[in-house]
Amino acid sequence: MSDTAPAAPTAAPAPHGEGHHTNYVKIWGILVVLLVISVLGPMLEIRAVTLITAFGIALVKAYLVAKHFMHISLERKWITYLMVTMLALMLVMVGGVAPDVLKHDGLRWENVAAKESVKKGNEAGEKAAHGGGHGEHGAAPAGEHH
Amino acid sequence: MAFPRPIATTRSVTGIPTGRLAVWWVIASEIVIFGGVLGSYIMHRLGHSDWQYQSANTNTWAGAFNTLVLLTSSLCAVLAHQAAEKKDGPKAARFLMFTVLGGLTFLVVKAFEWTNEIKHGYTLTSNTFWSFYYTAAGLHGFHVLAGMVIMLFVAADARKNRELQRVENIGIYWHFVDVVWIFLFPLLYIAK
Repeated sequence: MSDTAPAAPTAAPAPHGEGHHTNYVKIWGILVVLLVISVLGPMLEIRAVTLITAFGIALVKAYLVAKHFMHISLERKWITYLMVTMLALMLVMVGGVAPDVLKHDGLRWENVAAKESVKKGNEAGEKAAHGGGHGEHGAAPAGEHH
Repeated sequence: MAFPRPIATTRSVTGIPTGRLAVWWVIASEIVIFGGVLGSYIMHRLGHSDWQYQSANTNTWAGAFNTLVLLTSSLCAVLAHQAAEKKDGPKAARFLMFTVLGGLTFLVVKAFEWTNEIKHGYTLTSNTFWSFYYTAAGLHGFHVLAGMVIMLFVAADARKNRELQRVENIGIYWHFVDVVWIFLFPLLYIAK
């Protein structure tokens, strides 16, 4: 780490980037190839291929950026633990809310507004897809706030 | 006039220089912010089959081009860091300016894209899909803008071979902004 700050006696500047020779242009090249695959893959319109090429590759790209550009692997271990903890907290939030958002009915309850919204949106979308569309911007923005 | 450096910026009890530690804490809080938005988007997307008709209207090629721009700007940011490690401030500043140029390109493309979408009636209040779209992309765009402004200040100092440690700090932030876009791109542009 090239810290130009005046060094205090307790300062322990961690070496960061010095001594390792990552070919950054090569990493960038790999990222660009992965980008091309993530755009072309979903064009096959196969659900599994879309999931792998779009979202699987996004994970790989994020890993490459974090490892080689952010140098997280050269950082103190607890920085990685901190990041993982934050991701885990996010998953706790999603896990806690998901049943309410994903399900629109259950035992003795029904989310009428959400059901109506999906029905209305699907009808408007299908209508636009069968004639109402104009070019790239085909489907009308169906009003469906709930 | 030179101000005395606060002692907190020169100590490193955690083994990580204070500036860099602060950036990691910022990123930790950003993970929760963007994670919350993206997590909510994914849940709603899975629960609303009708969103496929709305998401079909986002421009995949514009999103892909912007991904390429951000990846390239990230390369420039890490090359700036490499130059700073070699104490070559002017070179680091040049790479930082290329990074800023990447950010500017990203925002210009976004501006054209949004103008076109708004013209076609897809606004923040059209429906929940577009609310998520503009909120997530707008929040991300704001982070791009903030990074560009900070980078201009860092580059101005780096050009004079001053505060070179900040080149790495702003780079870490910029890469994080890139990582967020890496996830936003398939969610908003590819999953039709």
